[in-house]
Amino acid sequence: MATTPHISRRELLRGAALVPVAGALAACATPAAKPTASGSAAPVATSAANPFGVDGKKPLEVWIFDGGFGQDYAKNIHEPLFKSKYPGAEVKHNATKEITKVLQPRFAGGNPPEVIDNSGANFMDFGALSQDGQLQDLTPLLDAPSWDDPNVKVRDTIDPSVVEIGTYDGKFSVLGYVNYIHGIWYSQKVFRDNGWEVPKTWDAFLKLCETIKKSGKMAPFTYAGKFPQYLYEPLLTMAAKVGGNEVLVNIDNLEDGAWTAEAMKTAATAWAEIGAKYLMEGTTGLDHVQTQTAQNKYKVAMLPSGSWLENEQKTTTPPDFEYGMFPIPDVTGSDKMPYGTLHTQPGENFIVSAKSPNPQAGMEYLRAMVSKKAAGEFSELVRTLTVVKGATEGRDISPGVTSATKAVTAAGSNTVYYRWHNWYGPLKDEAIAATGQLMSGGLTPDQYLERIQKKADEIKNDSSIKKYKR
Amino acid sequence: MLFNRYRRGLFITSFLAAPVILYLVYVISPYVQAFYIAMTDWRGVTATPAFIGLDNFVRLFGDSIFWKAVTHNLALLVLLPLITIVLALFFAFLLNVGGPQGVGGIRGSRFYRVVFFFPQVLAVAVVAVLFQQVFRPDGSGMLNGPLMALGARPVGFLSDPGVAFWSVLGVLVWQAVGFYVVLFSAGLASIPRDMFEAAQIDGAGRFSLFFRITLPLLWDTVQVAWVYLGILALDVFAIVWVMTDQHGGPDWSTTVMAAEIYRNAFQYFRFGYASALGVVMFFFTVGFAVLSLRVSRRERIEY
Repeated sequence: MATTPHISRRELLRGAALVPVAGALAACATPAAKPTASGSAAPVATSAANPFGVDGKKPLEVWIFDGGFGQDYAKNIHEPLFKSKYPGAEVKHNATKEITKVLQPRFAGGNPPEVIDNSGANFMDFGALSQDGQLQDLTPLLDAPSWDDPNVKVRDTIDPSVVEIGTYDGKFSVLGYVNYIHGIWYSQKVFRDNGWEVPKTWDAFLKLCETIKKSGKMAPFTYAGKFPQYLYEPLLTMAAKVGGNEVLVNIDNLEDGAWTAEAMKTAATAWAEIGAKYLMEGTTGLDHVQTQTAQNKYKVAMLPSGSWLENEQKTTTPPDFEYGMFPIPDVTGSDKMPYGTLHTQPGENFIVSAKSPNPQAGMEYLRAMVSKKAAGEFSELVRTLTVVKGATEGRDISPGVTSATKAVTAAGSNTVYYRWHNWYGPLKDEAIAATGQLMSGGLTPDQYLERIQKKADEIKNDSSIKKYKR
Repeated sequence: MLFNRYRRGLFITSFLAAPVILYLVYVISPYVQAFYIAMTDWRGVTATPAFIGLDNFVRLFGDSIFWKAVTHNLALLVLLPLITIVLALFFAFLLNVGGPQGVGGIRGSRFYRVVFFFPQVLAVAVVAVLFQQVFRPDGSGMLNGPLMALGARPVGFLSDPGVAFWSVLGVLVWQAVGFYVVLFSAGLASIPRDMFEAAQIDGAGRFSLFFRITLPLLWDTVQVAWVYLGILALDVFAIVWVMTDQHGGPDWSTTVMAAEIYRNAFQYFRFGYASALGVVMFFFTVGFAVLSLRVSRRERIEY
């Protein structure tokens, strides 16, 4: 150790040449095997106040998807709340628009950060993470006392669908934070000024489209034509309303003929008619921001979207626009689900990495997030609802969120959701491609459903793709 | 004597070793690793992917979207070099020999030279975003605006599956042509002037000047251009990924092999399968380069 080794020039060169060889061969493209981090070592005693045994001196690394909600909510609401309890813990805040690009190499390299908002267009595949044991089991979080009231468990403060949807391989491991509520969005002011009424039946909806078209004031309907997933959403919700929740369950479970079911045909036919008659000109080539901005400029009356819309459009919306949303109208008169049925789904998915150095603090951070204070401030800041029950009570909430809140209350337990699009990427892309064709008349409703069914069958028969059930 | 020779060999080897090692590590080893990953079910996060042999290659044969991508690449392989080279030759000829006397360029040829080269300077991503606006389907589009002002229906340059592929081809040609104009101009400059003059005295018009003199003497350069453009056609990616709807859509009408590799790797997290697609693409490209050099081999003309 003490003697300085004498290195000849040749040895130095040889050494310099070998280092990159070894390093590159080991780390280049193939995954590097690394000993798993001993994250759960050196436990701190748990208590009611510290249910996961957080070591208040260990740092916590947080990665936020910097998308429609920005990153301020983490910096100004969640992280300070966590710090208020653990002032000694350093919170490293990070944000990115490309979660996968930044973090996937860290998972492969064995040093993932603690808390990740795994959202956005390029989120990491939950199935792949789960399969590899990268997701911290969050069941202890559900059974921990809530941040606000030690007598109430976290499980009882959040929407039950969070647990259902966040469960992978039998473990609750993904916390959806925002409650996305889907519907048809319009300007309450425009409807009031023109004497148009929210349609409760599909016939009334078609009549309304006809009235708006004839008025010449604006186009009746549009959707984000570049991203047809915005349109298959109301189509699937309609199918569930007509044929019952099992329509969507069958689709998720890749049952034979799930896509070609009768209710799906009804819904595809109904929306194809809208595509043929009532779309704003140029819809197929416009993206979500362009179509939403057209609505803000009073060029089009209605479009399908979710409860993030109001926040996304806040810079272009006229002050008196007054967003409102309505659910899919009654279609057949004998729909299996009542008027008001909604598609609601927890999104903005947070995970804690099991192989990170400090998963306990990660879980504690999530516990702080689902406190009423954090969730309420979040709703006020980014104009959207969280999965935390009653968090917006007594707060100053925008018209769109108010409208969505009312719709959720009215729907009660009549809510539906689907998960196939997150489970089977190739199926999602095929459905997107086909839906665009359905709406522009390139496919008949039957051809449309048969095409997606074919892809679903392909996936079902591909042994390399992991299958999920609900 | 023998010892000296040995020393000298060692000396030379020691100098060659470093670049060879660097090449092995940074060029060959990633290829080899890609071949290995192609035979695993790696999903990008685990450190221990399972070896599954040739399953990925078998699966690839049933992948209709990948074959669609291959079809598009092959269409580009024929059309892109053909259109680009014809246009570039035409422009280069005009700029250098097409003038009033048949020897100089047409009027303003210096200015055109700069204009033709312009697209080459822009980054591909910039070009893609630029053309998204050019092709916008409503009145704000640079092409559709005037069309609609004239009362025509807007064309879905990127949103109509029957048109989108041609829009992509158009952008690729637009981007490539300038470089080959310059390349062919350089080639033309090295052809002795007297050849053109002699031909003209013998009564050759522009037409025969081009086909009898210019083209044969430029053949080597054209051949190089063909191989380059062919490789460009096979690994086109950024334009398609950034410019087209749904990254290769609408309805898979513009997707290419590289886009499907990216999609499978970074959106479906099937890195093993994506590597298998990459291996297939590798053989396509090598096969094309070898074939085209063989086929277009000709006798050199000395001058």
